[in-house]
Amino acid sequence: MSMGAELEASREARTSAPSISRRPEVRRDDARAPSSTAAKMRVEHLNFFYGDTKVLHDITIDFPEKRVTALIGPSGCGKSTLLRTLNRMNDTMAETRVEGRVLLDGEDIYAPRVDVVRLRQRVGMVFQKSNPFPKTVFDNVAYGLRINGLVRSRSELEARVEESLRRAALWDEVKDRLHESALMLSGGQQQRLCIARALAVRPEVLLMDEPASALDPIATQKIEELIYELKKAYTIIIVTHNMQQAARISDITGFLWMGRLIEVGPTVKIFTNPEEKMTEDYITGRFG
Amino acid sequence: MKERVPVGLLAVATGIIVVMLAVILGNIVLNGVGWISWEFLTSPPREGMMAGGVYPAIFGTVFLVLLMTVAAVPVGVITAIYLNEYAPPVTAAQVRSKLARARGIEWLAEFWRLVQVYVANVTRTAVTTLAGVPSIVFGLFGLGFFVQFIGAGIDRTLYGGELVFGQPAIIWAALTLALLTLPIIIVATEEALRAVPHDLRDASLALGATKWQTISRVVLPQALPGILTGTILTISRGAGEVAPILFTGAAYFLPHLPTRLNDQFMHLGYHVFILSTQSPNVEKTRPILYATVLVLLVLTFSLNLVGVMIRMRMRKRWRRGR
Repeated sequence: MSMGAELEASREARTSAPSISRRPEVRRDDARAPSSTAAKMRVEHLNFFYGDTKVLHDITIDFPEKRVTALIGPSGCGKSTLLRTLNRMNDTMAETRVEGRVLLDGEDIYAPRVDVVRLRQRVGMVFQKSNPFPKTVFDNVAYGLRINGLVRSRSELEARVEESLRRAALWDEVKDRLHESALMLSGGQQQRLCIARALAVRPEVLLMDEPASALDPIATQKIEELIYELKKAYTIIIVTHNMQQAARISDITGFLWMGRLIEVGPTVKIFTNPEEKMTEDYITGRFG
Repeated sequence: MKERVPVGLLAVATGIIVVMLAVILGNIVLNGVGWISWEFLTSPPREGMMAGGVYPAIFGTVFLVLLMTVAAVPVGVITAIYLNEYAPPVTAAQVRSKLARARGIEWLAEFWRLVQVYVANVTRTAVTTLAGVPSIVFGLFGLGFFVQFIGAGIDRTLYGGELVFGQPAIIWAALTLALLTLPIIIVATEEALRAVPHDLRDASLALGATKWQTISRVVLPQALPGILTGTILTISRGAGEVAPILFTGAAYFLPHLPTRLNDQFMHLGYHVFILSTQSPNVEKTRPILYATVLVLLVLTFSLNLVGVMIRMRMRKRWRRGR
């Protein structure tokens, strides 16, 4: 093999390595992943502090690609905090500190040069309380596209808005009211609008912080069906209080308690045959 | 019944206020309304203020207040945005304790934060202190600083010592009033910004918006009704203040309307003062005095009314169907 060919080969290897701006191919070499696909995001030895109080202790967990991972645990166990470290929303809070690594496609999102704005486009978020902007339905979905300059023309914008609303299973309900205030929608519709808004910027990962906790059972069911559809295209990480919900929609479940990850594994296993006594006590309702 | 005593007290206190307001307003309206006419509103005073109208004073007041708004609102809103959105939300003590532990680059970052915290603290103290300064002090300050220092300085450097800006003028009166009203705008804007729900900011940031995009596209539109309220309050306060303009630009009587920034001007509030203290014939000026006060009141009230209407319309725009 000549010197030139060798160089060529190594360059090829380098360019095909996972980068923060590109999706990697599915890697099969990861034996620790609790499912057959590779980890889209991985948290390694994460400690998180509010001021001097340590609220997350040495968390290590993988979030496999195109799977739903549910984080469960009692109030104040740190599950929402963990979720917010995954797209650096904790940056907005004063006096917080992160130790350890959070990897997206193998690259540390807390590395000094990481563009937080780009990161949050790739890792979208839906909040507990639906929070549409006091703008029209259309402008809500278009918001992320406009601020990030993701579309070149009005027709492209309209197409992306429609696509996002369809993906969020909301299009048929709002297509005649696109230019009315989003606050006119029902609670469940507002939450699906927030999901559409997050989807519009085409994220790879979707973080959901108890997205259905403020909704009635029918609206909740719609959101759950939607999550089931969305996992075909997105990696979803959902925090939920509701264990039935975790059991219904997730592939992997992680149980947190007092800032520690007690157990993580396939949802079926966690809910039928957990390894830790504490997990069993929690899911059977003995505490929490 | 135990409830009778507090309820009675509340009723009496409320009653006193309503009666006082009714007496003051009633007195002014009853005595002033007869003199109000189209001619009164559109002609200048004549015969040593014993006849004629108040048009130059209305014009001067509106012009003054417009200049004041243009000067005060942008500065006030920008200051409030800095204080509420950009100043680090921590106390100096917290930063100092971190500074003591930090080394190298981190020390520099913490030091910079400490500077910002101090700047914000000094600004906040300045705002509250400014709000407590008596308005006549502003008037004297305006005379010393704007007229004699800035104005005279401009004349020396740009006009070769000719008297152009180094004298009382509407621009100096407007700037003095702007200083006086700045705290109102800052406090109102800060409150409006604080009232914007945190989850709206989060939603915007989570979509990849920068801090400034979030502020300009989500926070400010949402806070706009509150900011407008602050502006309107400022305007009606500024329209009624006389002390700050006494030495800085208000004139006893002018044959011309002010058209340039360095013109003097007539003012409704000052005109009321002149009519009630400088008239050669008190009996003859009394109806004019009442009518002038009525005009001033109607002007401030209608400004307030416009503000309330703008706010209601903006609120309704998004609350429809809720």
